[in-house]
Amino acid sequence: MNRRKFIDIFLGFSLTGTVVSFLYPVIRYVLPSKRLEASVKKVTAARVGELAPNSYKIFKFGTTPGILINTTDGELRAFSAVCTHLTCNVLYESDTETILCPCHNGRFDLSGKVISGPPPSPLEAFKVEIAGEEIMVSRE
Amino acid sequence: MKNFIKTAFTYLDARFLLSDIAQFAKKKKVPEHKHSFWYYFGGICLFLFIIQVITGILLLLYYSPSIDSAYESIHTIMGKVKFGWLIRSVHSWTANILVGAIFIHMFSSFFMKAYRPPRELTWISGFFLLLIFLAFGFSGYLLPWNELAFFATRVGTDIAGTLPVIGKSIEAFILGGPEISGATLPRFFWFHVAILPLFTVIIMGAHIILVQTLGMSKPISLPEKEIKEVPFFPNFILKDSLGWMIILALIGVLCVFFPWEIGQKADPFAATPLGIKPEWYFTFMFTTLKIMPSHVLFAEGEILAILGFMVGGLLWMLIPFLDRNAAKEKKSPVISLIGFIILLYIIIMTALTYLHPRL
Repeated sequence: MNRRKFIDIFLGFSLTGTVVSFLYPVIRYVLPSKRLEASVKKVTAARVGELAPNSYKIFKFGTTPGILINTTDGELRAFSAVCTHLTCNVLYESDTETILCPCHNGRFDLSGKVISGPPPSPLEAFKVEIAGEEIMVSRE
Repeated sequence: MKNFIKTAFTYLDARFLLSDIAQFAKKKKVPEHKHSFWYYFGGICLFLFIIQVITGILLLLYYSPSIDSAYESIHTIMGKVKFGWLIRSVHSWTANILVGAIFIHMFSSFFMKAYRPPRELTWISGFFLLLIFLAFGFSGYLLPWNELAFFATRVGTDIAGTLPVIGKSIEAFILGGPEISGATLPRFFWFHVAILPLFTVIIMGAHIILVQTLGMSKPISLPEKEIKEVPFFPNFILKDSLGWMIILALIGVLCVFFPWEIGQKADPFAATPLGIKPEWYFTFMFTTLKIMPSHVLFAEGEILAILGFMVGGLLWMLIPFLDRNAAKEKKSPVISLIGFIILLYIIIMTALTYLHPRL
């Protein structure tokens, strides 16, 4: 290797190193930092008696919404309120007694299974239990 | 006064070579024929973009890109700032009309086969400008932080998230985290007022330089004798400005009679409101996603539809290289028919969104 080639390679590496050292902090700055959040296992969704039969409530389950439904028979059921299709929040339709995603008309029954529309999988079901005056919801 | 202007012109001419530019404008000719009406949409797009830059700069004065104050700042602009309602309505209406004008410009260029050599890069740069302006619309839609925008954004970003392998990383990059949060709004604002304008200036600059150097394409379908040439200045530019004035009047009428609404403040923990839909130019994709079955053979319907749109978009961008006949200055009815079917599909799906919202 002659002197000219050595200098070319040396300067090439220096230039690459300089570009990388400028770009790396910019890229790291632009990419979002990972948030360290403890995943929520159990929350209070409502108070006993708060929900009339054939009605629903959206509650916070960590950083995502959940849906608590009091059926016409007075049975409490809870699911993730995030539609499995394209993540819109679902709602409970009291006249059809089904869960509806208004974005693309995906419909689920009261066990979370898909009845119609584009959702590819059922809603995640949560466990419901009553502790004193509170309705507690947890991941099964 | 005359002497002063003359001296000033001579001074500037020596430094900026203004005479050469004036000479170029004088010599420049534009083809005129029975389809030349469609040429004016390029200039209309540029004019609408200038309106967006001016009104966007004005909105920056009062808008606040944080989830605690964005919605309230829009309320202030619409209700308390003098002519705030006008500036915001012009910005929102123009955004919608601009995307429509880009679609018209693109399809008219397509049917006149304006993409054939040597104008392939003009077509590709135009295609990227369409993507940029769709991104402008998408990022700007969330900025008022209302519930319609919130859920439309959630659906839109989730579409990016369904892409194989890199989808989740792209989604996290766009949102500033795994879901829409306080970090999302400043990020969308950053895209809307810094990143996208930067790319627009570069690509639009290239697009305009290409149009100026190569001139306007003449349709294959017309024989040479049916095509006249008119000077760009003043003939073409005067007709162009007439189009701009008509569009400006239309925007004025729309803003006065239909000021842009504010909607309800976004609540990430509320049920999605019924009848939700994105801006009109995304509705053909939105309705396609609605009518797709959950599974097609072994694939999920939504992923199939999204991949279909991506492959379709890629082929559309590469049309100058796929249309072999047009490249040889021959008619290509099959390609025109495909374009016509795509256009019909977009129109039918868009109409269905509004005529059958509960499809």
